[in-house]
Amino acid sequence: MSVTAATDSSDARAGLSLALPALMLFIGVVVIPLVMTVMLSFHDWGQYKGIEPVFILKNWIEIFDDPYYAEMFWRTFRVAVLATLITAVFGVPEAYILNRMQGRWKGLFLLVIIGPLLISVVARTLGWALLFGGNNGLANKLLMTVGLIDSPVRFMFTETGMIIALAHAMMPFMVLAVWTALQRLDPQVENAALSLGAGSLTVVRRIVLPQIMPGVLSGAIIVFSLSASAFATPAIIGGRRLKVAATLAYDEFLNTLNWPLGAAVAVLLLIALVLIVVGSNALIERRYQEMFR
Amino acid sequence: MSRNGPVALIFHTLFVVFMVAPILVVCWVAFTPEGFLSIPLTHFSLRWFRALANYPEFVHAFGVSLWLGALSSCIALLFAVPAALALSRTRFRGRDALSALFLSPLMIPHVVLGIAFLRFFTSVGIGGTFVALVIAHVVVVFPFALRLTLASATGMDRSVEMAAISLGADGWTMFRRVTLPAILPGIVSGWMLAFIQSFDDLTMTVFLATPGTETLPVRMFLYIQDNIDPLVTSVSASVIAITMAVLILLDRVYGLDRVLTAKGGDAGR
Repeated sequence: MSVTAATDSSDARAGLSLALPALMLFIGVVVIPLVMTVMLSFHDWGQYKGIEPVFILKNWIEIFDDPYYAEMFWRTFRVAVLATLITAVFGVPEAYILNRMQGRWKGLFLLVIIGPLLISVVARTLGWALLFGGNNGLANKLLMTVGLIDSPVRFMFTETGMIIALAHAMMPFMVLAVWTALQRLDPQVENAALSLGAGSLTVVRRIVLPQIMPGVLSGAIIVFSLSASAFATPAIIGGRRLKVAATLAYDEFLNTLNWPLGAAVAVLLLIALVLIVVGSNALIERRYQEMFR
Repeated sequence: MSRNGPVALIFHTLFVVFMVAPILVVCWVAFTPEGFLSIPLTHFSLRWFRALANYPEFVHAFGVSLWLGALSSCIALLFAVPAALALSRTRFRGRDALSALFLSPLMIPHVVLGIAFLRFFTSVGIGGTFVALVIAHVVVVFPFALRLTLASATGMDRSVEMAAISLGADGWTMFRRVTLPAILPGIVSGWMLAFIQSFDDLTMTVFLATPGTETLPVRMFLYIQDNIDPLVTSVSASVIAITMAVLILLDRVYGLDRVLTAKGGDAGR
């Protein structure tokens, strides 16, 4: 950067004054409420006395002691990991195929695949509920006609259904991340490998895949963190019994009215996600350091 | 350029079917002439779209969503445009921290934001009001408004501004006649993306909405929790149609891939 000290300070003042309204908004309506939520998780609650603003560890002890919460967090994690794997297994090849298409088709299919991202998640999940519905739902009929399964599979109110619907909701993020990485690829390297006698599978495995790996991993991080905190899909497909972190926190807040416990669940989810995301980002950056240089 | 082989094209077809199937099935079922959920094959009817008129809560929720989306996107831009100008052209200490803070609503799970807003607004005494909903939505759509404005402000040629100043324009005239028109595509598409995000948000809004201030996604969600019938498919089909219209517009104005891959983080939910 070739700015002198003088312009730097006047620049800084101008910049700060322009960004000040937004900064105030964020401190007032994001930072303070988050701090209040963390504090709330240490408050006491009783059926009749309501929220008591004291500092106790009751909610945190309950979450770490009661196996119900361990099971619920484990389910949240498992569902998110499997949904992420599905998006990677299918999204990566699709992005590659998409990138090899002719201009007009590429634009059209990119719209078709990424467009759902902007369609209400309630409408999309309703679609899966319709496809899954009952033993003679469309999905089962189709799978049995093709011969992939012999007897109907239960999708509604199961983790299987939840994972499929989540993978569908998150797929655009993976395709987008990989597609962005593919844009940076030099096609000449692929051509060189081909002209030197490499088969197309070898090219994908040895040339393309290593280069787009950072894109795949950053897509996976986005998909994982959004899946682990997803609400609509687990609530509609999972039903009232199959709880994940977000739906449990919702229940504590709006049905049981035990706000401090709900706040503790939400804060734990936030901390776990921040640790996982920051940790894996650091790992990826170290692993692919030479690429970002 | 090498072409995709037959295996790749079959994979691609199945993939596209997987992506559009749940959306198509909603729209298809919405045209059923029956009184129950069914896939109409021979007869189609608009009865469930007409039935919407008899459910004022859906109509009202739709109105709330439109107002909320329009209002919060406009307010978000009022904050985002100066912030984008600051981030794109000045270097100061804490600049990276500031942009991380501004993009944080993308990283913080919406369920956590919903809880934080509910706690905050209840304790300051505006819980359950439309004002609270607007403030919450301004924050949540802010990153989208900021990112697209930032993208076009970064790409702008500043020598035109210098020319305006040297020709005697004052700061405000320069902003109004030179800067604003130059970054307008970013602002317009930022507004549209912000509107869609506000219009679609369920997870955060479900914590804040009360019977008078329910948005359409919240109304739909609560309805689905009780029962799934053709009525909610016709609501969903209408929502899908509106979103598609905005999507195509957005693609024409700015290019969808540019909107969604604009630098500075992920997108969501």
